[in-house]
Amino acid sequence: MAPPSNRRSGFSRRAQYTTFFGYLAAGLGALVGGGLLIASLTDSSRFSGVRSAATDVTAPVAKAAAASRAEGSGLFSAIAGYFTSGKENADLRREVALARVKLVEAQAVAEETKRLKDLLGLARQDPKPVAVALMFGSSSPSTRRFATISAGRDQGVAIGMPVRSPLGLVGRVLEVGDSTSRVLLITDTESIVPVRRASDGIPAFTTGRADGTLQLRLISLGINPLKRGDVVVTSGSGGLYHPGTAVAVVDRLLPDGAIARVLSDPAATEYVTVEPIWSQMATPAGTAGTTPGTSASASPAPVNPATGSTAR
Amino acid sequence: MIQSRLQRQLSDPFRKKINRAPSPLIAIVVPWLTIMLGSLSPTWPVVASAPLLPPLGFLVLLAWRQLRPGVLPVWAGLPLGLFDDLYSGQPLGSAVLLWSIALIALEIIELRFPWRNFFLDWLVAAGLILVYLPTAMGLAMGRMPSPVVLAPQLLFSVFAYPLVGRLVALFDRLRLVRFRALG
Repeated sequence: MAPPSNRRSGFSRRAQYTTFFGYLAAGLGALVGGGLLIASLTDSSRFSGVRSAATDVTAPVAKAAAASRAEGSGLFSAIAGYFTSGKENADLRREVALARVKLVEAQAVAEETKRLKDLLGLARQDPKPVAVALMFGSSSPSTRRFATISAGRDQGVAIGMPVRSPLGLVGRVLEVGDSTSRVLLITDTESIVPVRRASDGIPAFTTGRADGTLQLRLISLGINPLKRGDVVVTSGSGGLYHPGTAVAVVDRLLPDGAIARVLSDPAATEYVTVEPIWSQMATPAGTAGTTPGTSASASPAPVNPATGSTAR
Repeated sequence: MIQSRLQRQLSDPFRKKINRAPSPLIAIVVPWLTIMLGSLSPTWPVVASAPLLPPLGFLVLLAWRQLRPGVLPVWAGLPLGLFDDLYSGQPLGSAVLLWSIALIALEIIELRFPWRNFFLDWLVAAGLILVYLPTAMGLAMGRMPSPVVLAPQLLFSVFAYPLVGRLVALFDRLRLVRFRALG
């Protein structure tokens, strides 16, 4: 391709100045970007207002597009079901997947009730969802794992609230706009979730690896008791996540833990429920201000329920 | 014969016609709009648990800059990067910084290689993507990302660049459609 001829300024003083100030502005732009970057890295919540306002603006269009996504994926699964063994097969599979997770959660609940027998004063209550929302976007080109949901301050959503789908934990609310919120998915590298093994309550915590899997680290060191196929559920330590929510399945063992697959794949999740923060719900109920899950497990990570499990 | 010539004239909106001219407003605005549209890709209904989609805003910016060197000013990284940061989920300012640097780098490369062909353009774009993606990930995570996370998106972005280039070329043709009536 030929070089563009109109870029040579020649002897025209005006053209020379235009070129010069263009370069100057470009350099200044880079400097401004560096300044903004330092400002937002030192305090991650500094520009969250601007970002949520921007997401609120595009939310109507994104919601309409998300509805078509649901129809599209439904069509594809119907075709796939036809080619394997009929549409019923696909439906039944989905039901079995749901039932399997529900079974594991029920086991966890039963095991927990057994552990709680001596704490008779504690009234157990199921979390009443704050809002049911449509998950309509995620930061797909970026390494950070955020998703956007269609409920915000107007629906009563607050920062730190856990977000789950019927299949398991999705993440927690990080920034709240008027009608949308940004969710930190559990696969993000900054997300830490205190968990325990569903069968016997071995405490551990998971951190995201940003590639769709979770790193499972055990609290007590020693021989690794995990096996492939173990299901881990939230323990409730730290007071953020409601105990007994399914999180992940162990996929590959490591010396100090395991790599686990997320049960509720965000890509296949359409509707999510926002739940209240566990500690704020549990405190008025009983004497145990800390959550029941901590009775057997050492608190894996000091968690501040107001700001979330870690600093970003 | 006459009819076919008439049809040809009607079907080709780019050929020169008496009293029709391209609109200068559209000619200027279309590149900016398409880049912003690419930056809006995080609001598309794709929810992914791992980074996979190429950074479309950045790719469209590179494609416009290489296809039509005069159409974007050197300082375009500041406003366009700011818009991209609002939606990308990266820490605010990372695209402002990286896009500005990329545009300055392209300016220098153009001075060094005034005569370019498609493969040199692709090579330059691939080099910029190879620097841009790990840096952006490093800024977002605070440490260097593992190659397992990085490689799929990197490959996808490098191979998506020619496609984005074709798309931008299409928009470039539409940009110069003669539809404004003169006189």
